[in-house]
Amino acid sequence: MSLCQFVLAGLLLFGGVVATAGTQEPPRRSGQESVYDELKKAPDKYSGKTNPLANDADAAAAGGVLFEEHCEECHGREGMGGKKAPSLRAGEVQNAAPGAIFWILTNGVVRKRMPVWSKLPEPERWQLVSYIKSLGAASTRALQPSKP
Amino acid sequence: MRFLSPNSFCLFALPFTVAFLGLLALLASPPASCAQENPYIVAYDHNLEEPGSLEVEYFSTFGTQRGGPDFHAYWAELEYGATAWWTTELYFDGQTTFGDSTVFTGYRWENRVRPLKNEHLINPVFYVEFENTNGADKILKEVEGHDVEADSAVPNAVARQERTREMEFKLILSSNYKGWNFTENTIATKNLSNEPWEFGYAVGASRPLAMKGATHRCNFCRQHFVAGVELYGGLGDRYSFGLRDTSHYLGAGLAWNLPSGWTFRTEPTFGLNDNSHQFPLRWGVSREFSGFGSMVNGLLKGRQE
Repeated sequence: MSLCQFVLAGLLLFGGVVATAGTQEPPRRSGQESVYDELKKAPDKYSGKTNPLANDADAAAAGGVLFEEHCEECHGREGMGGKKAPSLRAGEVQNAAPGAIFWILTNGVVRKRMPVWSKLPEPERWQLVSYIKSLGAASTRALQPSKP
Repeated sequence: MRFLSPNSFCLFALPFTVAFLGLLALLASPPASCAQENPYIVAYDHNLEEPGSLEVEYFSTFGTQRGGPDFHAYWAELEYGATAWWTTELYFDGQTTFGDSTVFTGYRWENRVRPLKNEHLINPVFYVEFENTNGADKILKEVEGHDVEADSAVPNAVARQERTREMEFKLILSSNYKGWNFTENTIATKNLSNEPWEFGYAVGASRPLAMKGATHRCNFCRQHFVAGVELYGGLGDRYSFGLRDTSHYLGAGLAWNLPSGWTFRTEPTFGLNDNSHQFPLRWGVSREFSGFGSMVNGLLKGRQE
């Protein structure tokens, strides 16, 4: 087999993986409900945690910027939900303990396509929690991250 | 400088053209997503690509060479998050040896799998790679066995006659703790032509320059910069395990993750013994495209996601 054939075989193999993985259906409604169920699995150690940035006036705004950069693609604009991931304005999320949301961000739900976000430093994950918790109560205009 | 023959030019140009055209095509389609990449060039951590995201990358190594001309080695890389626990990557390697020639040196296909569901203090990732390269490959993507500087002094015309088909396995153990990432990679490589197992290592530590996000979008905010160091080298082979006749490197890296999805990395590297290249200078640029899998899905189904 020539090198050219090897290269083409490699490209086809990689393309096959992308196409196969790309054709996975996004989570259905029932799947989304089971994603919400993951919040209930947060260990007490986490769900009992309070948000250390709860009194930080800038935390939700900074979380909004992080959300736009990392989460909006799947969870939709201002957490309204998308084809790939559920709404974050649902009662299951808004009524969840901040620590449980932090736990999901830290661990992901890797079997259900929610990535692990432990690569973000802890304060940034708490800023995201502040933003997510603010979605249910505040008006969407107030949640817009400020532009430079 | 000798020029490439038409056939070798085709071999060299094909993968880079595909990667470049792919990048151009993608620039106008799926949305970019802000990556949060560590500055490592050799070491891997346990953070995998987000599912459905494609990262197109280009890396360069300018290497100093005693006993021969300096070189510029480079590779193009397509990294895809097949699932949240499986990332697959395709590499195409090449190099230019100054005063000698430019050659395509081969390709690699690697896979990283995260076996554990949750985040732990130490997070294992299994890495399996098949590589089909020739002896002129100088990208130093990993250092293993008795790889030494003198190997790179062989003229390209001679070096490229040597075919290397290898399976490479890594155990990646990585931790995120208080903003820091610590990672340790153990490398075992088996040349498929009945040569002994070779071993190597890579360790790294990195940290963003700021722990909190800013309240506005910005390119130069400190949280977009991640600084780190990595140390890597060979550990001999099955019959002569140890540090004798091996090379080792220490690199200090910086990654700049832009909100637009671009990441720039640079890593001045220093050879730590007489068997090492003295000063390889490494840099890379990459762009992450989220929703690439959905776009392919839409194309296959004849509709836009």
